[in-house]
Amino acid sequence: MYEVAAAALLLTLALALTRAFLGPTVFDRALAANAVGTVAMLLLAVISFMGGRPEFLDLAIVYGFLNVIGTVAVLKYFRYGSLGEPGEAEDAR
Amino acid sequence: MSVLVDVANWMLLAAGGAFCVVGAIGLIRMPDFYTRVHAASVIETLGAGLVLLGLLLQAGWTLPAVKVLMLGLLIFFASPTATHALARAALLRGVKPLLADEGESPSKP
Repeated sequence: MYEVAAAALLLTLALALTRAFLGPTVFDRALAANAVGTVAMLLLAVISFMGGRPEFLDLAIVYGFLNVIGTVAVLKYFRYGSLGEPGEAEDAR
Repeated sequence: MSVLVDVANWMLLAAGGAFCVVGAIGLIRMPDFYTRVHAASVIETLGAGLVLLGLLLQAGWTLPAVKVLMLGLLIFFASPTATHALARAALLRGVKPLLADEGESPSKP
């Protein structure tokens, strides 16, 4: 049964990657990258149960945190043009 | 009892996978950025939630169950934040939503 879920997640991954390649704006690509991160996290969790190896769940948690931080960093870069300096005015928008 | 748990687990995993695929198809097929955000959030709410619930049923009261619960909490809090930041950044950078033509829709933007 895990194989079915893993296959569905792999199909999701392929479609999201297609959107990341096609995406007309950079935000489409960021959205697709976010979806890829979430699905990869789910895939790691499913693989950990499929092979009976609980270590993969730790990898999934780490991957989830990295995914969130990466998405927010990329968005901040594309919104302000820089990742921000310490002491820079917060309302520079 | 064990068969019951297995059947529930199978159904939850299959439904979660189906919702993930539906969200990804929406990610491909939707016409503009904001509708794509809507389609992608299906992956992160229903798809992830159902898959993790199925895994939680299979894990029982063990340490992997706690880790799966942590994954669920992480998705629950972080993914709406990321989606909100994404839509807000796109709006502030001037990505226009696709609207209906004038006269076709009675609602004001």
